[in-house]
Amino acid sequence: MIIAEQKPLDFVIETLDEHKNVLVVGCRSCVAVCLAGGEKEAGILKESLHLHSDLTGKGWNIEEITLERACEKEWVREMASAMEGKDAVVSLACGVGAQVIHEMYPSVLMVPGVNTVSMGAPDEQGIYMEKCAGCGDCVLHLTGGICPVARCSKSLMNGPCGGSQKGKCEIDPDTPCGWDLIYRSLKEQGRLDLMDVLIPPKNWRLSRSGGPRKTVRKEAVQTPEEKRIGGASQ
Amino acid sequence: MKASSNLQRVLDSGHFAVTAEIGPPKGANPDVLRKHARNMKGYADAFNLTDNQTAVVRLSSWASSLVCLQEGIEPVMQMACRDRNRIAIQSDALGASALGVRNVLCLTGDHQIFGNQKEAKNVYDLDSIQELMVLRSMRDEGKTWGGDALDSAPQLYLGAVENPFGDPFEFRVPRLAKKVAAGADFVQTQSIYDMERFEKFMDEVRDRGIDRKVHILAGVLPLKSAKVALYMKNKVSGMSVPDSIIERMKNATDAKAEGIKLCVETIDHLKQVKGVHGVHIMAVAWEEKVPEIVREAGLCPRPTIVESVQ
Repeated sequence: MIIAEQKPLDFVIETLDEHKNVLVVGCRSCVAVCLAGGEKEAGILKESLHLHSDLTGKGWNIEEITLERACEKEWVREMASAMEGKDAVVSLACGVGAQVIHEMYPSVLMVPGVNTVSMGAPDEQGIYMEKCAGCGDCVLHLTGGICPVARCSKSLMNGPCGGSQKGKCEIDPDTPCGWDLIYRSLKEQGRLDLMDVLIPPKNWRLSRSGGPRKTVRKEAVQTPEEKRIGGASQ
Repeated sequence: MKASSNLQRVLDSGHFAVTAEIGPPKGANPDVLRKHARNMKGYADAFNLTDNQTAVVRLSSWASSLVCLQEGIEPVMQMACRDRNRIAIQSDALGASALGVRNVLCLTGDHQIFGNQKEAKNVYDLDSIQELMVLRSMRDEGKTWGGDALDSAPQLYLGAVENPFGDPFEFRVPRLAKKVAAGADFVQTQSIYDMERFEKFMDEVRDRGIDRKVHILAGVLPLKSAKVALYMKNKVSGMSVPDSIIERMKNATDAKAEGIKLCVETIDHLKQVKGVHGVHIMAVAWEEKVPEIVREAGLCPRPTIVESVQ
């Protein structure tokens, strides 16, 4: 899932500036699970902004809504009536959701209420760890199910650097060495032979380095005819 | 084609080689490099020019290498993967060869978090093993990694580094084997204080016959004080400094002299370790001591081997 972290309230207040009619938008997907931008957080942010407005006499009109999934237009449409008369959105959805909301309501100010941090998972309650870097060329079958791109600080492909000490990465004693994890996993699987394989330079073209990535699922793409009929029925 | 570097000739002729490290200055004035070069000339077979080590901005390793050539000493140009993608790595290798730099040391490079540019974006397009693969293919096949033929192949003698004290310990020798398989002609190790662990490392190196495929230069770093020894033990990742060494430095009346003495003793010991073909002296911010260390270790004068005409 996508891990996000709330931006400071002061940032949101400052960024709203002269905008008075504000909709706080949460999302029930990933950001709700990582306690950054679900219904509860959207409610708290709305109340905080209210309080600030009351104390400073700014007279802001603030409402909130939490979408099922902010990254799909079908769900974002559900905020249409709440958007009437609004001149700003504070999005607690991830950067993807925030941009889909903007595509639907391009004339209002988009204030990001969270920083989108990583693709990760909870290691335990309240602790979220990056697991995948979205490199577009998965090698988990070669690396014991642990990603060297996301979990090695240098994204090395051929084993740990000299900074691996007692299972930890040199950059921080709290960060596990990705390649130590890989080594132990391959040992457990009886596949240490994979550690000896020379992995050649990676094709980063499939990653973000190759530009924004567009994925086309041909069988799902509608023909112009289908789009016309689908459009007419809505 | 493989370069005929002085370092290569010394190693291939079976002499116990000496390399020494020179840290480029934190500024644009090359005088300190010239001073080190003149002071150390004749005391090592080649000199490493570090590449923004510990991710601190310094005069570049290729420019420093050029200053060394002008001063008549042979450079080992260090080239880290942290700051260059595969385009820059290949281009810099061609440039180095064109200007007469023959020894190139491939290394991953310290993470930028340790330096003075903590907010930098790291590159790591290649890792050090892949860097060796790419440079060897340029040299031996006359091709860029993309497959295009080069007008002329670079002449390179390829080096790698290895840290016998990193973890998991049992993967250190296999990792060295990977570097050799990827193209390393010589290897310089992290500085050695924990001789027991290093000897264990070398036992495994010999068991696998790696010492017959690559020249291993064991790293030494003279300690200036007990404080430095403690710093190395506690703050430098992948370092093993036994307590006995820290005690010895603490108890010394003249810590600096003791550090040099310890370094010379370590070299004397390393000369006896089978499979070690030389030493690499890293006198960090203490380069002026290199001639003394080399003399005391009985490694003077350095051999002169005339390039054979082929």
